[in-house]
Amino acid sequence: MEQNKENMMVAALENGSVIDHIPTNKLFTIVQLLDLEKFKEEVVIANNLKSQVMGKKGLIKISGKFFSEAEISKLAVVCPNIRLTVIKDYEVKEKREVTLPEKLTNIVKCANPVCITNNEPMKTVFYRKDMETLKCRYCGKEQKLKDIKLK
Amino acid sequence: MENRSIVSIADYGKEKIQYLLDMAAEFEAHPNRQILKGKVVATLFFEPSTRTRLSFETAANRLGARVIGFTDPKVTSSSKGETLKDTIKMVSNYADVIVMRHKLEGAALYASEVTNVPIINAGDGSNLHPSQTMLDLYSIYKTQGTLENLNIYMVGDLKYGRTVHSLLMSMRKYNPTFHFIAPKELEMPEEYKLYCKQNNINYIEQQDFTEDTIADADILYMTRVQRERFTDLMEYERVKDAYILKTNMLGKCKENMKILHPLPRVNEIEYDVDESQHAYYFDQAQNGLYAREALICDVLGITLDQIKNDNTIIG
Repeated sequence: MEQNKENMMVAALENGSVIDHIPTNKLFTIVQLLDLEKFKEEVVIANNLKSQVMGKKGLIKISGKFFSEAEISKLAVVCPNIRLTVIKDYEVKEKREVTLPEKLTNIVKCANPVCITNNEPMKTVFYRKDMETLKCRYCGKEQKLKDIKLK
Repeated sequence: MENRSIVSIADYGKEKIQYLLDMAAEFEAHPNRQILKGKVVATLFFEPSTRTRLSFETAANRLGARVIGFTDPKVTSSSKGETLKDTIKMVSNYADVIVMRHKLEGAALYASEVTNVPIINAGDGSNLHPSQTMLDLYSIYKTQGTLENLNIYMVGDLKYGRTVHSLLMSMRKYNPTFHFIAPKELEMPEEYKLYCKQNNINYIEQQDFTEDTIADADILYMTRVQRERFTDLMEYERVKDAYILKTNMLGKCKENMKILHPLPRVNEIEYDVDESQHAYYFDQAQNGLYAREALICDVLGITLDQIKNDNTIIG
């Protein structure tokens, strides 16, 4: 039943993206990150939907929106393991589990105040050490994903 | 073009390290040459460091290169707000190699990414200082005849001591046994102990610094215990004299044991220890010259063979 309901929501989208499997406590962080408040087209934001895998989950459906790789990377940092579905002409064009990429360019801010990246107009680069830890290419300092600030 | 910069030597393998040690030994045998005649070496010291700068400039001069640069960022355009990138780009038009010291971590790596001129990192904040590591390795190799299977005692400030961290990492393939002797507040950080475990490096931690605890050392690497590192000044008062090396502590030590110190020393090695056959810290500083001659030549693509068959040797 729940699965059908979800399918209906996705199917109802002509062109756009669906972000699924969002932990309920991260839903509004993502809303804020994507600046959905200013978005002019149809947006559906749902929370506490039943999920077999997660118990409860959040879901966002955005009409006319297709994410760039940089945006997807940001989503992955804030909220690893979400699912992204791309809809074109009512059909699912792509479905992917968004995981933390091995390399993040200009997504994350280094927490080390004496890192060169915080003192020079330049792009930051971080490498994934494990699923919870990123390492700055320049100063070598490691940061936990939960403490990360986006650039 | 291949970027030959030396930002870090932490990931150098044994072969590359041995190659640089052999090169340094050639320079020790014949330090004065004209092999870099016609070359310009820039020394950009965005942060003052007299010792390191003099060593690099001497190395360049003794190989026949000319030296340009600055010793204090206050006199440069970086004080007017010029970016590091722009300064490096500008100097790249003039110099064949750039030796740089910067207070910010990662500055040397970033510099190496914005130019084709090789960069030698002469220290970037508390991050890396590969020429110091190279001269430490050369000093150990020279005095022990090998880098393999040594008992290396690190004493003093192991928390903030950049040199001990770099040395620890660059020794990982030589089966060392480390002894970390430090006050609780300045003990070896967890990440380096983890590094040891991951790389199967033996280490022993202790707080006692006595004649008996150092009897087994091949290398005694001393560092400064600085007052400003302590949050608890009572703790500083309690430990400040516990990590001073005195002559009467050398009675049981091994014949081959050498005392290293990155300098400057304050009071952590008593002055009469200087007379001991084990004192090596001033020779260590001199080895810095040979190590830096090797690094400059290496980034310029000059090979060990060329250095061995060099006909520009003076005197």
